[in-house]
Amino acid sequence: MNKIIELKNISFSYSNTNVLSNINFVIEKGDFVGLIGPNGSGKTTLLKLILGILPIQKGTIKINGKSLLKFDDWSLLGYVPQKATNIEVNFPATVREVVAMGLLSTKKFPKIFNSEDSKKVINALKMVHMEKFAENRIGELSGGQQQRVLIAKAMICEPEILFLDEPTTGIDPESQQKFYELLRQLNNQGVTIVLVSHDVGRITKYVTKIASLNKKLEFYRTHAEFCLHDIKHKHEYRYHDLCLDRG
Amino acid sequence: MLEILTYPLMQKAFITGIFAAIACALLGTFLVLRRYALIGDGIAHISFGGVATGLLFNITPFFGALIFALIGSLSILKLKDKAIVHGDSAIGIISHASLGIGIFITSIAQGFNVDILSYLFGSILAIKTSEMIISIILAIVVISIILLFYNDLFYITFNEELAKTSGIKVNFLNTLLIMLTAITIVTSMRVVGLMLASALIILPAVSALQFHTSFKKTLLISSLIAVITVCVGLSVSYFFDFAASGTIVLINILVFLMLLTFNKIKEYLPARS
Repeated sequence: MNKIIELKNISFSYSNTNVLSNINFVIEKGDFVGLIGPNGSGKTTLLKLILGILPIQKGTIKINGKSLLKFDDWSLLGYVPQKATNIEVNFPATVREVVAMGLLSTKKFPKIFNSEDSKKVINALKMVHMEKFAENRIGELSGGQQQRVLIAKAMICEPEILFLDEPTTGIDPESQQKFYELLRQLNNQGVTIVLVSHDVGRITKYVTKIASLNKKLEFYRTHAEFCLHDIKHKHEYRYHDLCLDRG
Repeated sequence: MLEILTYPLMQKAFITGIFAAIACALLGTFLVLRRYALIGDGIAHISFGGVATGLLFNITPFFGALIFALIGSLSILKLKDKAIVHGDSAIGIISHASLGIGIFITSIAQGFNVDILSYLFGSILAIKTSEMIISIILAIVVISIILLFYNDLFYITFNEELAKTSGIKVNFLNTLLIMLTAITIVTSMRVVGLMLASALIILPAVSALQFHTSFKKTLLISSLIAVITVCVGLSVSYFFDFAASGTIVLINILVFLMLLTFNKIKEYLPARS
């Protein structure tokens, strides 16, 4: 087993409100994990703990065998946050400038970009078919296009693990389809993907493992186990649609 | 017209004004986009306590203001980080405490009211050579640090959480940004006065944002607007005998309104056609 992320006894609370309780699971290299659960179940909080955005209150998180507290190889991780729509329409940044930021995790002080970096930006944009928008301001783009730019930003330093938090919120169904196909393609190339979503019906077609969260870990199964054994979820998530209709 | 550059006092005013303007404009773009625009006002109030304390104890008011501004801005961050109060309340508490100290000292030591007015409303034409040199050095320090940390500062301005996941030291950069603001406010104290110091931080930046261009170009345009408005403001105030600080700020407001109107007309025309 090639563990890439290990969570042991993770608990977290905001003030006196318990959000996560005793979470344990392991993500292996090459997995495409769907993290599902209702609103307020702690999905985003768990992702933010793994990414070091929130401080660990209880338990341990290891990435590539190294404790998160000592982790410094941030270029291994790519992150696409919830709602690209949070990007302000008038924010003065071009697509090129935004994607180049993804390279900062690989740079030492003083962090200066060179012509090689410029090529990497264009290559990353080509991967998501957005190269012709390089000089556009990011605020001018549609939600789907902004999300693709953020994927290019996350992928530019060729991370081993890609985290996505509700990446298709506010995006039209056609763009969503293309977006998930892109994720499948990246996963086939060896990128480990952790995808937070409440759109269970959509993501089950693509993921290899499913973790269901509701303040605690309800279950963590492979796609096959999920389809065959979980009677309760067969009804809740329209079994035939989810498990027999994989692209 | 160019004769004004032959007077030493105007030379000092232009040189100090230009350096202060560039530092304010560069910093202002980050602060405005991060919704920290009014922290400049808070730090200016804090500096007032430092100026009054300096005058009372015969310390150069410039250094009094600098010490108060640095300690005050760090205290704001501490209050906010420890979640004792929200950020805006933290600014209110510290700035009003310092303002209170300044007013209290002014009321008990009645001899320096005229001096304190020159710090409140600016007196760029009366700037001393030593003050000019200190202002230039501080402005160069601020500009250099912004350029050295440009990419990291841009990243945290775009999205702080994303920056954290790339290993960017967000807390360090936030502290740096606030400290630079404190230094910049004190540097521009003689140019436009403490009452209007944050205007030089906010106005060129919001004007530059009207161009809707890349981040680098926005920083350049903001610096250019700041330098031009300071130079035009100084010239107008010289020829018409207006107060330099007020003239500089009003010209900045005028530039902003012109750009805003131009953009509104541009939006309206295609919609009509």
